[in-house]
Amino acid sequence: MEFFFDWFRVLYDETGINLPFLYDSYDRNRMVNGFLTTIWLSLVCLFFSVIIGVIGAWLQGSSFKWTRRIVNGYIQIFRNTPPLVQLYFFYFAIGTLLPKVENDWGGQSPLLGSFAWAAISLSFFAGAFNVEIFRSGIEAVPKSTVEAAEALGFSKLMIYRDITLPLAFRVVLPALNNNLVNLVKTTTLAYAIAVPEMLYEANQIWSDNVNVTEMMIFLLLAYFALVGVLVSGMNRWERAMKIPGYG
Amino acid sequence: MIVDTIKSVAAVVLMAGIGATTASADILDTIKERGKLIVGVKADYKPYGFLDTSGAIIGIEPDLATDVADKLGVEVEFVPVVSSNRMQFLEQGKIDLMIATMTDKPDRRKVVQIIDPNYYSSGTNVLSLKSLGLKEWDDLRGKPVCGIQGAFYNKATSQEYGAEIVAFKGTAEAYSALKAGNCAAFVYDDSAIVAKTNDPEWADYEMPLPTIDDAPWGLAVPLGEDGFGTLMSEMITDWHKSGRILELETKWGVANTPFAKAMNEKFK
Repeated sequence: MEFFFDWFRVLYDETGINLPFLYDSYDRNRMVNGFLTTIWLSLVCLFFSVIIGVIGAWLQGSSFKWTRRIVNGYIQIFRNTPPLVQLYFFYFAIGTLLPKVENDWGGQSPLLGSFAWAAISLSFFAGAFNVEIFRSGIEAVPKSTVEAAEALGFSKLMIYRDITLPLAFRVVLPALNNNLVNLVKTTTLAYAIAVPEMLYEANQIWSDNVNVTEMMIFLLLAYFALVGVLVSGMNRWERAMKIPGYG
Repeated sequence: MIVDTIKSVAAVVLMAGIGATTASADILDTIKERGKLIVGVKADYKPYGFLDTSGAIIGIEPDLATDVADKLGVEVEFVPVVSSNRMQFLEQGKIDLMIATMTDKPDRRKVVQIIDPNYYSSGTNVLSLKSLGLKEWDDLRGKPVCGIQGAFYNKATSQEYGAEIVAFKGTAEAYSALKAGNCAAFVYDDSAIVAKTNDPEWADYEMPLPTIDDAPWGLAVPLGEDGFGTLMSEMITDWHKSGRILELETKWGVANTPFAKAMNEKFK
């Protein structure tokens, strides 16, 4: 393995193509950690944004006026503001208002760190879109199907969980796919509040080595591969869930 | 590579140009004829050069410039400069002398005449809460430390001292994150930190560590002005010898820096 890494040092000496995240063990660690942070942040945000979408869409169909209003208000706020502004807002405005806790180095630090705020903010951001996406799916389920379920004595929650949502899920997958791809790409914004994800680490590396071109090309390819994996997974899921004759 | 070539060609052209113009008239004669010494100083770098409430430029560097004018027996005029235009102002003759917190670098010596000995120096240090009681750089191990994205000392701070660098885009974000308690310390230029510790708003904070990566500052005159250069070299030596730099640091509320003390010892 060391031989493989050293080859890139030779490459740099010979051609000037500088890839320190391969031959320098310190930079390599940074890049690997950045990559893992990006994946972890993406998974957390994907999970919570879908949950928010499912619950939000259900609440939107609530018979209480105020529940519907609150959900719609949430959607308007998070859909109509830039995600970077939301990140700054959560981290610098809300974050400093929260109570402080004793940390392990003997100081007082805010309850939530930059990673937590990035996860919360991006989940809510993507979640707002997901609510609308799920709503579109729910509205596509024929009213007669719901009425049939009601006639059979299903409760409101059971209808949503067992009838509407499974059918709606199949309708919304392409749109959901789009939004989740966007979400993975939006995790790069977390760089602004110093979450050590891929873009952040790449920036540190190119500041130290002045190899901006190489790092930019690497970043582009890395995200292309990362999103490619997500898209192929989603497509596979879409095919597996296909019901013959529906949709 | 190409950029370097262009830069060196440009430097040669500039040097030739300046050489041709200065051969005819000595800048010292020009200053005396004009009765005024025009000095480029910083106006945004407290306490080295900043604006008072009336808008006048004051600080350590303007005081040094006034010393030079007094020596020449002329008036002094300050021109505010920033890092990106200070050398150009000197080359173009907009200013006669530049005292503007400039780090002495070999490539800068090709463009302007940096005078030896160096008059000042700054390095890397941290701003942190007094209650944390940091004593040495190794105390930062495992702690989150705010920084500026792209600063060269981030890597050293994390690699050698084991700090977890939390780097932000600008100083405002870093200061606010430090204040919020997201980091144990903020690693930055010691000269800027000194100014912060004098700010009442930052009274609970201190600059507790020994400064590292010390880099000297150089004041500069246009290339080829050997007469003025020699005079300035004598002035700087004199400032160190008489303890003028130490005195100005005290006057402007900066703790005496190790560099200024060492130079005072050396020339005494």
